[in-house]
Amino acid sequence: MSLRVLVGVKRVVDYAVKVRVRPDHKWVVTDGVKHSMNPFDEIAVEEAVRLKEKKIVSEIVAVSCGPPQSQETLRTALAMGADKAIHVEVPAKDAELLSPIHVAGIIAKIAKDEKIDLVILGKQAIDDDSNQTGQMVAGLLNWPQATFASEIVQADGGLKVTREIDGGLEVIQVKLPAVITTDLRLNQPRYATLPNIMKAKKKPIDKKSPADLGVDTKPRLEVVSVDEPPVRQAGAKVANVEELVQKLKEAGRI
Amino acid sequence: MSFLKGSTTLLTYGSRVLVRGDGWKFTSRAFSVNAALGLSEEQQQIQDVALRFAKEEMAPNMERWDREELFPVETLQKAAELGFGAVYVPADVGGTGLSRLDASVIFEALSQGCVSTTAYLSIHNMCVWMVAKFGNDTQKKDWISRLASMKCLASYCLTEPGAGSDASNLSTSARKDGNDFILNGGKAFISGGAETDVNLVMCRTGKPGPKGISCVMVEKGTKGLSFGKKERKVGWNSQPTRALILEDCRVPQANLLGHEGEGFSIAMQGLNGGRINIASCSLGAAQASLDQSVNHLKVRKQFGVPLANFQYLQFKLAEMATSLVASRLMVRQAAGSLDRGDASAPTLAAMAKLHATDACFRIVDQALQLHGGYGYLKDYPVQQYFRDIRVHQILEGTNEVMRMIISRDLLQES
Repeated sequence: MSLRVLVGVKRVVDYAVKVRVRPDHKWVVTDGVKHSMNPFDEIAVEEAVRLKEKKIVSEIVAVSCGPPQSQETLRTALAMGADKAIHVEVPAKDAELLSPIHVAGIIAKIAKDEKIDLVILGKQAIDDDSNQTGQMVAGLLNWPQATFASEIVQADGGLKVTREIDGGLEVIQVKLPAVITTDLRLNQPRYATLPNIMKAKKKPIDKKSPADLGVDTKPRLEVVSVDEPPVRQAGAKVANVEELVQKLKEAGRI
Repeated sequence: MSFLKGSTTLLTYGSRVLVRGDGWKFTSRAFSVNAALGLSEEQQQIQDVALRFAKEEMAPNMERWDREELFPVETLQKAAELGFGAVYVPADVGGTGLSRLDASVIFEALSQGCVSTTAYLSIHNMCVWMVAKFGNDTQKKDWISRLASMKCLASYCLTEPGAGSDASNLSTSARKDGNDFILNGGKAFISGGAETDVNLVMCRTGKPGPKGISCVMVEKGTKGLSFGKKERKVGWNSQPTRALILEDCRVPQANLLGHEGEGFSIAMQGLNGGRINIASCSLGAAQASLDQSVNHLKVRKQFGVPLANFQYLQFKLAEMATSLVASRLMVRQAAGSLDRGDASAPTLAAMAKLHATDACFRIVDQALQLHGGYGYLKDYPVQQYFRDIRVHQILEGTNEVMRMIISRDLLQES
């Protein structure tokens, strides 16, 4: 096999940051806050690099849709082992309003243009938790999808993917070209080495706009409000089961 | 959103949960005390890798390494795999080829994970640089690759029981015998002592004073090389420290690094970088301690309110932060000066070491105080940062010697 792989990476607020709701209640504070690559996307890049080391993959293209700072995320992907990158630049204000359907359209177009055999995405981004982009890409391209992957191996005529599902593990076989989304236990991403960080500077990052790709990014969803979860209320102790049942009835729960 | 509490996608890459939960935050939200300020995109990437390595590979082990006095060679080799073993050795010789400023950023970041281990890493880096800069082709071919990967470790041996600050008065001797040197004497306080593969020994091959000193590489296992007992120290416990003893120790003259009589100069040039590295380690400890203090003051309540509400404590934090930023600026400026090869570099390095090690010790001391009784418990990292960086005011040239260097520069005849 000599697959061409497209990996999507998203720049998100770092998972260790304590987020706070923005004063306009439309999102969280992102100014001056530490950002990094979406952890599931790190896993996607790592898997692509491992497949390349196993000679199943010949070239890895990384793509990110977002503001100028998304280039930092692409540089990280290049430092981990991606060969080249595409930055689909969307100004910061508009980037906030991008939905999975827009991103999926962009990724699908690039997959066609770059003659991609395998799209690997993180299962969801840790800022919006949509868990839609991979599935939508597969739908738009009419390709098979293997989501929540925890293991990927070569198989006759395609790939055998183990999926983490509610009931346990499911193993499916997909023909190529296909879309895979990564789950947490697929791999442990490598640290970028210092020499690779320096080499990454020389790898190309192509700039495109959604218009170049024929994708309309007009917002289709409106965020009504964003709030902190309600403060946990104190509970009450009950003396026995009868009192519990009575209190539940009073609260209209049963 | 999954990063708010209760998320099903909460990630656990090596995130350590301490006794009271919040002690191990590495990322401060503060705009001012951000160690990434002024760095290029590439330097920030390098810093990110170092901080991540510190958080995942070092911080969870820092307390145990100190308590068990364990020398974490495997972790050091993992760090070397990423290029941290020979940071500022040129790439064409087998190093990573980064600058002194990059190295400062790296050692500051790694120190947040463990000062003692990072300090040894920086000493090793200094030694590899000395071999790369002053070694002949054979020596470089023999040593650089295995030192850069830390398959082999190095020690720097200058100080003697009778020659500390008065280093150029050292008396370990090396007399010629055929194609060999015969070394006799002793060194004190050798970091990595007995557990490293090559010792860079400054010894007297000629007349008294600095110009009679040469640098000779003495390999582990050489007959006549032995070590004293492992010292019991207040800090720096993740690296062994021993006296080094030479009794008619025969070493080939091919192990001479640089020229005869060049040894003291080699040693001092190594220390110019070493001082910036040690100062950087102090910065890392101060940053971590400051971050932990900020968190603690927000969480700890007395008299019905968080400690962060008290102006005295707010002012203390402000002073600590200001002092840290000032120290960092000095260290980075000195690093840049050394990178450019300015004549001012050695003096700036001395100033940076003097200022940063003193200031950061005061910051960490204050951080310990801000933690109250908890600051005194070994469950909390502040006391380890405190114990570990105290020695930075003493080694690689005491802060008193730094004053000698600076005043000599000020008073020299123009």
